[in-house]
Amino acid sequence: MSVARQAIEFFVNGETRNVHVPPMKRLLDVLREDLYLTGSKEGCGEGECGSCSVRMNGELVNSCLVPVLQAKGACIQTVEGLACDGELHPLQQAFLHCGGAQCGICTPGMLMAAAQLLANNPRPTMAEIREGLAGNLCRCTGFKRIFDSVLSAAAQNELPMASETHAR
Amino acid sequence: MRGNAEAHELIAPGSLDAALDLLAGAPGQWTPIAGGTELMVAHAAGRLNAKRLISLWGIPDLRFIETTAENIVIGACATFHDLRDSSAVAADFPLLAKAASWIGSIANQSRATVGGNLVNGSPAADSSPALLVYDAEIELVSVRGKRRVVYTQFHTGYKRTVLEKDELVYAIHLPRRFAQHRQYLRKVGTRRAMAISKVALAATALVREESVCEIRVAAASLAAFPARLYRTEESLIGHVLTPEIIQIARRALLAEVVPIDDIRSTAEYRKSVAANLLEEFLVSLKTGGPQQ
Repeated sequence: MSVARQAIEFFVNGETRNVHVPPMKRLLDVLREDLYLTGSKEGCGEGECGSCSVRMNGELVNSCLVPVLQAKGACIQTVEGLACDGELHPLQQAFLHCGGAQCGICTPGMLMAAAQLLANNPRPTMAEIREGLAGNLCRCTGFKRIFDSVLSAAAQNELPMASETHAR
Repeated sequence: MRGNAEAHELIAPGSLDAALDLLAGAPGQWTPIAGGTELMVAHAAGRLNAKRLISLWGIPDLRFIETTAENIVIGACATFHDLRDSSAVAADFPLLAKAASWIGSIANQSRATVGGNLVNGSPAADSSPALLVYDAEIELVSVRGKRRVVYTQFHTGYKRTVLEKDELVYAIHLPRRFAQHRQYLRKVGTRRAMAISKVALAATALVREESVCEIRVAAASLAAFPARLYRTEESLIGHVLTPEIIQIARRALLAEVVPIDDIRSTAEYRKSVAANLLEEFLVSLKTGGPQQ
């Protein structure tokens, strides 16, 4: 049996994208094969390694576990959407500066998990960073430098209390 | 990716009524899929047998957490992130909030649903021990109407439940009567994130004048499905927690559980750890430190 393809529209890194794919195609495969956004990687294909992490409607998801039909209409951010106007995202700069990337396969997922963490918690503790990135595996075992990178990027964020005061 | 996306139909009916109509129209032919954290793993491995799937993701009627004077009602498609985020769940059912925070990783918690956890029926299901010791009731829905079953009767065997072919889990009802209970939940796995439990034990108890008035103990990964340990509970009811009674309870647990050897652990290790977890809880009741 071959299932009919469907037209599915969603928003990727701020742009409207339309694909014509089988509805059970994994979001990861649609990003990589149909939209040529190959930053998101497939590691385990089981939702255990986090290499395929992207942000969908403000939440972190493993794109290998999302049937693309469930992403219809969603706002998706991939690692390609972190840099802005040719400027690296502070997390990307911190990963470069602190040696947070070794072979690089886990890096896109680590960056997206870290971006998710900082979006909800601009100044996380080391324990919170470890929890936020616990679903992402680095086969080079470079975890300490990855955590240090996130800590370094977070240090550039104002303390929540300070920004509140500032807003007033 | 060893699965073939073109071999599986997937539709998103968008409403609960439309989903139920589809199920009723062809009972047994459709497989519901919510967050996909279980079925998509099978899909990638090329071992997803279901050919026609109904997406329950994004159906608002199934994703809610409501608080009434007596109960908290959790929609089947509430995610573990939703549970973790709920102040009502944290206040009245801290073991469930804790279990939700342990499930997989942040990326899994944002997609995995509590209804999916129950229907999947894994013996190691992370939310099950907490739901069992909180006297959860499961509300099922079909075009024929709704019905409720106590959670202790929901699982009927390994990965088998009382769900009829045209039914969905609609919600989980938890009675808000455990505020005075001492509560315990501990999962033992290879590591904190991602690991499937070797053993998990939950308990709630009311102790008055050093005597156990009420106690509920439930376990995952110690039988074909998550279950209450009734004989262990009976060995404790009405007793003061002397070292002798604790030893009797340990023996009751060891006689009651039926774990297996598998890739994650051995039956012998699971038994020893489960008895130790029970003892840890019971000793904490004696010493007065509330455990959660």
